[in-house]
Amino acid sequence: MARKITDLEIEEVVGNLLRTGVTISAAVVLIGAFIYLGRHWNMPADYRIFRGEPSDYRSLSAILHSAFKWHGRGFIQLGLVLLIATPVARVAFAIWGFAAEHDRMYTIFTVIVLVILLYSLLGSGSAF
Amino acid sequence: MNVLEFTLLVAAGSFIAGLLGSLTGLGGGVVLVPLLTIFFKVDIRYAIGASLVSVIATSSGAAAAYVKEGFSNIRIGMFLEIATTLGALSGAFLAAFVSTKFLAIVFGLVLVYSAYLSRRPRSFEERNLPPNPLATKLKMNGSFPSEEGIRYYNVQGVPTGFSLMFGAGALSGLLGIGSGAVKVLAMDQAMKIPFKVSTTTSNFMIGVTAAASAGIYLNRGYIDPGLSMPVMLGVLAGSMLGVRILRKAETKVLRLVFSIVIVVLGIQMIYKGVAGTI
Repeated sequence: MARKITDLEIEEVVGNLLRTGVTISAAVVLIGAFIYLGRHWNMPADYRIFRGEPSDYRSLSAILHSAFKWHGRGFIQLGLVLLIATPVARVAFAIWGFAAEHDRMYTIFTVIVLVILLYSLLGSGSAF
Repeated sequence: MNVLEFTLLVAAGSFIAGLLGSLTGLGGGVVLVPLLTIFFKVDIRYAIGASLVSVIATSSGAAAAYVKEGFSNIRIGMFLEIATTLGALSGAFLAAFVSTKFLAIVFGLVLVYSAYLSRRPRSFEERNLPPNPLATKLKMNGSFPSEEGIRYYNVQGVPTGFSLMFGAGALSGLLGIGSGAVKVLAMDQAMKIPFKVSTTTSNFMIGVTAAASAGIYLNRGYIDPGLSMPVMLGVLAGSMLGVRILRKAETKVLRLVFSIVIVVLGIQMIYKGVAGTI
């Protein structure tokens, strides 16, 4: 039963990690929303034609650059990146958890999942 | 429509989608894309990007509440996430090469099918199955607190479940949905995991699966801040309220109504895809 208790403890920390990640990202998105709406509220909204986002909102360095200049959309995008990073952080944390339980097999499985996630974020384009 | 009106209307629509999605357990993502494309005339690629982001938000928000109850099985989830994240990568890559018409038609079919899955009577839960050698080797068998005390279960059909999970991930990456219905199907039907464990573990996996494709969508410029902002905040607020009132609400009628809405939206998506007006 000792292993089960550790599992539950890990899951509780994971739960808090997820909640904190979502709260922080929602707060950052909300700040961005006020800046964005304050400046652009009366512009026409049209998403009928797909243009793709400008490079300002595609890579982490560009998003950070834009957010530091207090651009509303840069802030929103930063919040969204934090949100995407939340499950990634959870997986990274699970590696530590399985390693602490000396569960080599699941440590390896979790590393595989993390590598796939990091590939999606970093390897598939020039995001970071 | 100006930006303020658009933002408020999309936020209100997303709020309702998130509320109904969490009350019925069908997820808000399935109605978001049709809502955005049919009513707000948003390009389907932007709609899918925004929906993916909201899927991560609701999954992570709800998982925090679920893990404390001790139903979800972190090992089953992590092993199957290898399949769902690989599937999500494939789906997200594929999304760049297929036409928006094709996306709309596949989306419509998935909507109709998931409504069917949710209406189908749940099969009799097989208990006390013998341990399966592969599942035992993977340390997947577990227990959870039930009304009759701690209940133990033996997981079956690992290869079938793993393959189905790859499919669930691919759909998620292609369409920007959580594909919780397919995930539960894989665990509940193929792997004989108790329903409560299946649903909570599925929810815990949805966020990771969506994150795998969201990275690619972000790189590709499919995630628009002006659109994703009201969608994410609306869905998150709606689903949080849904979780809170879930225990008091009578969800049987609601589930029926929501299933009908999903079917109608699905048929509309198929029609628009075939007619080429998407």
